[in-house]
Amino acid sequence: MLRFILMRLVKAAIILIAILTLNFFLIHAAPGDPAAVLAGEAGAADAQFIEQLRERFGLDKPLLTQLGIYLGGVLQLDLGYSYRQQMPVADLIFARLPATLLLTLTAFVIALVLGTLAGVLASARVGKWSDTVISTLALLFYATPLFWVALMAVLVFSVFLNWLPGFGYETVGANYTGFRRALDIAQHLILPATTLGLFFMAVYMRMTRASMLEVSQLDFVKTARAKGLKPGIIQRRHIFRNAMLPVVTLAGLQAGQLVGGAVLTETVFAWPGIGRLMFEALAQRDYNLLLGIFFVSAAMVLLFNLITDILYRVVDPRIRVAS
Amino acid sequence: MKAMLKRLSLLAAALFVSTALHAEPVTGGRANVVIQPEPPSLMVGLVQNGPTQMVAGNIYEGLLRYDTDLKPMPQLAMSWEVSEDGLTYTFHLHENVKWHDGEPFTAADVVFSADVFLRETHPRLRASLEHMEEISTPDDHTVVFKLKQPFGPFIGIFEVGTMPMIPKHIYEGTDFANNPANNTPIGTGPFKFAEWEKGSHILLTKNEDYYEEGRPYLDEIYWHVIPDAASRAVAYETGVVDVLPGGSIENFDVQRIADMENTCITDKGWEYFGPHSWMWLNNREGPTSDVRFRKAVMYAMDREFARDALWNGLGKIANSPVSSSTRFHTDDVTEYAYDPDKARALLEEMGYDGTPVRLLPLPYGETWQRWAEAVKQNLDEVGIKVEIVATDVAGWNQKLAEWDYDIAFTYLYQYGDPALGVARSYVSTNIAKGSQWNNVEGYVNEDVDALFEQAAVAVTPEERQERYTKVQQVLTDEVPVAWLLELGFPTIYRCNVKDLVTTAIGVNDGFKDAYIEK
Repeated sequence: MLRFILMRLVKAAIILIAILTLNFFLIHAAPGDPAAVLAGEAGAADAQFIEQLRERFGLDKPLLTQLGIYLGGVLQLDLGYSYRQQMPVADLIFARLPATLLLTLTAFVIALVLGTLAGVLASARVGKWSDTVISTLALLFYATPLFWVALMAVLVFSVFLNWLPGFGYETVGANYTGFRRALDIAQHLILPATTLGLFFMAVYMRMTRASMLEVSQLDFVKTARAKGLKPGIIQRRHIFRNAMLPVVTLAGLQAGQLVGGAVLTETVFAWPGIGRLMFEALAQRDYNLLLGIFFVSAAMVLLFNLITDILYRVVDPRIRVAS
Repeated sequence: MKAMLKRLSLLAAALFVSTALHAEPVTGGRANVVIQPEPPSLMVGLVQNGPTQMVAGNIYEGLLRYDTDLKPMPQLAMSWEVSEDGLTYTFHLHENVKWHDGEPFTAADVVFSADVFLRETHPRLRASLEHMEEISTPDDHTVVFKLKQPFGPFIGIFEVGTMPMIPKHIYEGTDFANNPANNTPIGTGPFKFAEWEKGSHILLTKNEDYYEEGRPYLDEIYWHVIPDAASRAVAYETGVVDVLPGGSIENFDVQRIADMENTCITDKGWEYFGPHSWMWLNNREGPTSDVRFRKAVMYAMDREFARDALWNGLGKIANSPVSSSTRFHTDDVTEYAYDPDKARALLEEMGYDGTPVRLLPLPYGETWQRWAEAVKQNLDEVGIKVEIVATDVAGWNQKLAEWDYDIAFTYLYQYGDPALGVARSYVSTNIAKGSQWNNVEGYVNEDVDALFEQAAVAVTPEERQERYTKVQQVLTDEVPVAWLLELGFPTIYRCNVKDLVTTAIGVNDGFKDAYIEK
């Protein structure tokens, strides 16, 4: 097992460097120049000023030299300096990470728990009205654009009913501490986390339902039934556990993307997370910041893939034996 | 729109009455304001973008402020004199001014700011300082600027965004861009920097040692970072914020929000900037190089429709390259009212063969996108084929800087004087690839160059006016660019926030006087 993990880690490091190099060239291939964007925001600038900025950020050097400097920094865990925000990239990312993780993890848990439960429920009552209701609702949440659901949620629960805060991470200026602050953040979390969670819930629900139905037709389930086991036990021990494999795969893939944040949700709800930071960095052509975010999120995807592979071995003994 | 105009005129009347029966300002309270986008830094000496100026204008100060007619008002300078030959500007500073860290502010800080710090970091000011011979300090509270030759707009460069005072004791001898103090700005202004939660808010607190007795009235200002325009409107509707500075919400939301109870709206406070919108017309090649085609574009556009439908009736039709809020504007120019027939006749006369032109919208949100579509429709109607080219801000910058366009939307500030914010877009000495804050259209006219040059250095306002009138006439006759609107950016706020917009830069330095009526 240890050897397996070590090998995977070495592979992951190579993949990371490859991803960074590819991203580096892709970003530089996009039209636009960070120095010109920065100068543009000042409303007035001459060529001398733009040249000054380029020199300051090392953008005047040949592209390959810039890549060398960047990768050299990354190997020493230095993600560079953000041109626009005038701060080290790592500081910016780690300042935003907790808010993003809070939002995406909550949404992830909501999606996974509710989605799986709804999927199991629907598969147990396949063809009945409760299955239709659950499936339709899930489809509705999945098909409606996320930003629209978000705006409607704000309109209904914040503007009309005034039950929940419509945006932000906490009540600015209230200066709450301790439990009161946690409660305040939780209140702010409800709308964005639920909106985001409902969208992904639909995916888990459909996946679980389909997988449960498929597994329930397999021979070993028939054998279990023939042995006279109770339907509840068959459902839980035999069907559910086997049906979970594709759900775990999907969850692993999605968990890796949690760090990348949720650009739309974070924007509509003014949630101070990584997704927004990334979007702004893209608009500003803030190369270092953008690459830094890609680096952290790519690292997370690889890490969660590794965890998924380990989980497979726990969930399904056949994989352990085969390898 | 009528309702809005009515409200604006009522507001003007109310302002008049309130000046007459001025209520006693109330001390205390908190203002919640929207800031968008989040500023990259609050060190206004290094970063001059809009949001930075808006927040930092309350932390830092200039020597002067300007009223909404652009007349200078005292700020760090109590009084000032200009010599008769227009060469010497003497400023007398307030004597008991302290930086936010307790150090005294003196004439040496003024010299350091203008001659050392900003000369290195502030491209717009650097251009004006070319006219300066020397700065001297006869004593700790007097500063004398001596010019090489008269430069009419010089009195207009002392507001906080153009020449902010920078603390010498913190920056002298350091690497300005990387000084750690940039994260905790120290100014002399009515508010001190207190806290910045990136992505969430910026907090400024009252400067208890402010040199003007009694001011500021507010205890604190929270600037809320809310990235989505619809969410910013909701923030106002739900009472989270009290002030929406110009441009905070989409134009189609303005009317709805302005109709709310206890809500006031004003388009004052932009006079110094005079945001002037136009379309660059590439004078170098293609149909846009023919003056008849350019005139046809002017006649083809229904600018009143754009103002009323897209800008809620706010703003004015731009009839000249010089905004009506900028000094030396004249109405004695060639006018271009909406007249599609004239446009068609001009196109026929030039023999326009239907060559399509590329139109680059300004990627600043919905209103601009719709405006580009409206113009496309106008041009289509007179037979001009238009292809809209989509870009983001970085791409738009690049296309303009490399002259890769036929028609392109933009708007620029005028800074109160044609020499500061107008000449740069038309004089031929300012044609250079790689920047889009110069003569991007490639217009060349020696007479125009000479008139702008003479007008800038003429001593009396009358002499300046004469030349600027002439140059506005030549330009409107040759249409190097297609002028659109003098933009109106309404500030929306709760009516019990008083005296918020009192100067030509509005909320950028407005919280010094603002108070909240209980």
